[in-house]
Amino acid sequence: MSALLQPAPPTPAKVSLWRLFRQERGGMVGLGVLGGFVVMAVLASVLVDDSALDVTANVMNPELAPPSPQFWLGTDENGRSVLALVVKGSQVSLLVGLAATAISIAIGTLVGIASGHFRNWFGGLLERLTDWFLVIPFLPLAIVLATVLGHSLLNVIAVIGVTSWPATARLVRAQTLTVEARPFVERARALGGGDWHVMSRHVLPNVMPLVMANTTLTVAVAILSETTLSFLGLGDPFAISWGSMLEGAFVSGAISRGAWWYLLPPGLCVVAVVLAFTLIGRALETALNPRLRER
Amino acid sequence: MLLTARRPRAGLMPYLRRRLLAAVGTVAFVVVANFFLFRLLPGDPIGLYSRGRNVPAEQLVKLRAELNQPVWEQFFQYVRNPFSSTIDSAQFSRPVWEVIGERVWPTLLLVGISTLLATTIGIRIGIRAGWSRGSRFDRVATTSTLIFYAMPEFWLGMLLLIAFGVGVGPLPGIFPIGGISSPGVDTSSPAGRWDVAQHLFLPALTLTLAYLAEYALVMRATLLDEVGEDYLVTARAKGLMDRLVRRRHAVPNALLPTTTLVLMNLGFVISGAITVETVFSWPGLGQLSYQALRGPDVALLQAIFLLFSLSVVALNLIADLVIAVLDPRVQS
Repeated sequence: MSALLQPAPPTPAKVSLWRLFRQERGGMVGLGVLGGFVVMAVLASVLVDDSALDVTANVMNPELAPPSPQFWLGTDENGRSVLALVVKGSQVSLLVGLAATAISIAIGTLVGIASGHFRNWFGGLLERLTDWFLVIPFLPLAIVLATVLGHSLLNVIAVIGVTSWPATARLVRAQTLTVEARPFVERARALGGGDWHVMSRHVLPNVMPLVMANTTLTVAVAILSETTLSFLGLGDPFAISWGSMLEGAFVSGAISRGAWWYLLPPGLCVVAVVLAFTLIGRALETALNPRLRER
Repeated sequence: MLLTARRPRAGLMPYLRRRLLAAVGTVAFVVVANFFLFRLLPGDPIGLYSRGRNVPAEQLVKLRAELNQPVWEQFFQYVRNPFSSTIDSAQFSRPVWEVIGERVWPTLLLVGISTLLATTIGIRIGIRAGWSRGSRFDRVATTSTLIFYAMPEFWLGMLLLIAFGVGVGPLPGIFPIGGISSPGVDTSSPAGRWDVAQHLFLPALTLTLAYLAEYALVMRATLLDEVGEDYLVTARAKGLMDRLVRRRHAVPNALLPTTTLVLMNLGFVISGAITVETVFSWPGLGQLSYQALRGPDVALLQAIFLLFSLSVVALNLIADLVIAVLDPRVQS
């Protein structure tokens, strides 16, 4: 990760990157697993009827019942099918993970490039700001923000996005410094290229491959963060996600009643998706970095 | 090689002065951020303080009067007493600082033991996997550490709690299901200590497994970076046994980045115990954070957040010091 990458010019890289990525077995497995979950999330509204998720419509069903022919994965404390909840939960978990990552990567890339490019007080200030945010422990900060802002899906996305950018910023800053030291940037400057031109036309395309590998790893962290925040009761109380299912299981006493069928499925889904993103991220890193490839 | 190098450490003091200055700046930022986070974000601060509770009318009037002062005046009052030492926690009706004080030791016990176990085991796994890359051990170790790395630690905790605390089906539980000791047990007696150890086992196992993965992965990666280096070829050419090449030459160099990571993580590890302490009802700072946010008990939350942030700053400073002594190159 910290190794300095030497990306090739953008256009041919796209072709060869896919060819290199395809050779990574872990990455391809991750891509397959992820594809399955994306299909599940897209089809969730068709597969799961809304009545199966309604708390009041299922009061006649047995509560916290073990798996049976009627409920393949058992039921939750409201008599709802755990299978239906897990399928529906994939939507929020993936949505929050991707949206929060988009915010985090956007802020991180912007701050990283700017703090590497401007060698004056402004760049120094951005660098300090990154260091400060790196020091603040993520979970307590997210808890404070979620408590103060209130509990909604949009706030969860904002909280994760706003708290997870410093690592990306630091990485992008280091890469920006190495790119700006190269002759073609000097040439662009000599020809009269301004700050914006250098940053958007020369630095950005050259940090993009690194940002891409970092993005998939950030999604993994964002999904874990959503699960943790929802488990602590800081998520949207009306949205069903894997994290909110785990909260429901914990609060309703599923542990003391031995209801493993309520705990196991949402957690396994989180592990599968996070693992998939991690494997893809590692494979991308390997494909981008020739030094890693020899391993 | 690096560890035995005897060089004059002329650069140590200026380096430490720089780090200390940076740490002071960070502390200032944290204190300021902590003030504005709770006061200037949208929403009604009084509503936050009093949500879901019966607050006497005169106390509300007092709070409103405080908030009507200019922001800078409020800020000075806050800076004079950042830990709200005289302010009562809404939930416990006792001074915030007193409530926090009694929760520190359980967290240090749990986090300390887990970190110790996770680093020693994780580093060993990383060394063995990295040294015999592609072997069966490496494949199994890397796959399982990646899986543990992808797990929400509280989920792992809940599974262990069901399997070994509550019991599944015909199997009875063998460990207590929560708390730090059984009611009515004197924890200073030998029997009491054994009781605490039994309560400690499952949460410590959870955190160990959760932390171990990262250390093993990083140790493996840094050892792999060293494997191709010339000095190892030299060591082998001297006729040194493989075991000694690894132990005396490769591992000491590869340990540096891992040491950095372990030390830098210490601060974050404490706040990472929030969910696991909650699952196991472990009466530490993590469970206290959960209780504070469920309230929400804003004064308590504010003080805990400040404490967590400051502990990260302090531990990072210690990490900088240790690394500067171990690796003189970073002083420049």
